[in-house]
Amino acid sequence: MFNLIVRRVAATIPVMGLVALIVFSLLYLAPGDPALVIAGDQATAAQIEQIRTNLGLNEPFWYRFGSWLLGILHGDLGTSLISNVPVTTLIMQRMEPTISLMVITLLWSVIVAVPLAVLAAWKRGQIVDRVVMSFGVMGFSIPVFVFAYCLSYIFAIQLHWVPIQGYVPLSRGVWPWLNSLILPAVALGSSYVALISRIGRAALLEILQQDYIRTARAKGASNTSVLFEHALKNAAVPLVTVVGIGVGLLIGGAVVTETVFALPGLGRLTADSILRRDYPVIQGIVLLFSFTYVLVNLAVDLLYPLFDPRIRN
Amino acid sequence: MNSQSEKMEFKAAPELPDIISYRPPRKGMLGVVLRHKAASAGALLLIVLILAAIFAPYLGTVNPIAIAPALRARAPSAEAWFGTDMLGRDLYSRVIYGTRVSLTVGFAVAIIATVAGTVIGLACGFIDWVDSIVMRLMDAVMSIPSILLAIALVALTKASVSNVIAAIAISEIPRVARLVRGIVLSLRELAYVEAAVSSGSSTNFILARHILPNAIAPIIVQATYICASAMIVEATLSFIGAGTPPTTPSWGNIMADGRALWQVKPYIVLFPAAFLSLTVLSVNMLGDGLRDALDPRLAKVT
Repeated sequence: MFNLIVRRVAATIPVMGLVALIVFSLLYLAPGDPALVIAGDQATAAQIEQIRTNLGLNEPFWYRFGSWLLGILHGDLGTSLISNVPVTTLIMQRMEPTISLMVITLLWSVIVAVPLAVLAAWKRGQIVDRVVMSFGVMGFSIPVFVFAYCLSYIFAIQLHWVPIQGYVPLSRGVWPWLNSLILPAVALGSSYVALISRIGRAALLEILQQDYIRTARAKGASNTSVLFEHALKNAAVPLVTVVGIGVGLLIGGAVVTETVFALPGLGRLTADSILRRDYPVIQGIVLLFSFTYVLVNLAVDLLYPLFDPRIRN
Repeated sequence: MNSQSEKMEFKAAPELPDIISYRPPRKGMLGVVLRHKAASAGALLLIVLILAAIFAPYLGTVNPIAIAPALRARAPSAEAWFGTDMLGRDLYSRVIYGTRVSLTVGFAVAIIATVAGTVIGLACGFIDWVDSIVMRLMDAVMSIPSILLAIALVALTKASVSNVIAAIAISEIPRVARLVRGIVLSLRELAYVEAAVSSGSSTNFILARHILPNAIAPIIVQATYICASAMIVEATLSFIGAGTPPTTPSWGNIMADGRALWQVKPYIVLFPAAFLSLTVLSVNMLGDGLRDALDPRLAKVT
């Protein structure tokens, strides 16, 4: 058990190193000279050279990568080219809306999608199954921001149930906070729910064809007992796997959802930084999100033995 | 129970299927369409959209980038079917021309990612030293959420349709490579491949003649899903300002332009949104239909 954890964690480190290398190369290849941007229009060639030396821009690729990596380990992601504020500070300021949005989306999506998957698998081929699967195809096909606008049109502009845009911090009360996040969370969760219910249904259907399910039925176990005690328990591993993989969808979707609903989170920061070509900020966010994604999937891996005793040895 | 059905019981037990009224499945084109209704609907819709993209200039459109400040933000009417945007550009024309961008990006990414991913996947599945190096890299690329990778790549380059295509294709290649590699690994254990190896066939010949034909079906299905997802990513990138140049009439750009007027003129956003969703839906329905037709085992479960 302990060995397993150590092995999984150890296997994640090279992946994270490679991700860091890719993200660093992206900035390395970025056009334009950061020294020129920092120095401004009035600087002389000597001043620019001085800044280049100070920033370490004259050093070779691997040296720069090494010192950048060392900086990351100390929580230093560089400095914004535009506002001259450390990237870490910028990210911390924008953290709350994004985390709130993603946690709420994750919770409601899993709560809705897993019963849908069970229902569709149980009523396979019947009308309920077809409805769930049709909604699944729609969830995959309607882009998050399109769905976001449709929801906003109906519930904010026409019905005035929730605010059209904006974010209320948790410190101003749970209800206003939740109210500002309902539409974004529903919109962001649409493709996630589709993914979980589709894969969950497929996993359950495969399990329901196993011999031990037939045995359970033969010895007279009730429908609910077969479904929840025999089938769903064994579907837990594929289900948590897809929940983890789907976090990638959530991260990508958060960028646009925050733009539609004007939430001042990391997604907005990404979009703003692209328009200003603020490469260190883009790099910092991409790295942060990628590491989050890797760590979420590591956590999922470590959860497996909890659901499946066979993996423990 | 009437007397007629009582008489029937001598001929066939009621539990048995009604053999007399059994009709064989329809043959020919109509049969295919009737058996795969959703896929056929998707294919039909897609064909209409492709035709609209090709014949965009002849569909009652005007110049999609001609601005007319006097006519700005008009509601849909007989002159401007979908209304005009805040620069007075005709929305109907922009949306119809936008079909070209979406379909170009979708198809180009699907082809590039599929071909490159297949080559990489075949190499990784059959040559062990390539596998150990390249798959690590593919795993790392896959751990960067694809929209973010595309954003970072586009941010490096000038906004253009071809750069957007390249950026999205790069983020999709590992998925294809992984799929193909998995298929190759399971196929190379089979007896007929072993026979080909032991009878001295070259690796290239085995890959082309014995492995690839068996991998084609799932690759085609995967390609349709990549096409659908590429169109969504393109629209997303354009929408947040990291995609095609703002002057290009792509659906994401039109929606980005309409954002400022969203609360008063929602139709500027809703028309391209509807076209985008329908296009992606048609590709996905086609993909599901292809999967059911080409891979009966998967069709049973999903």
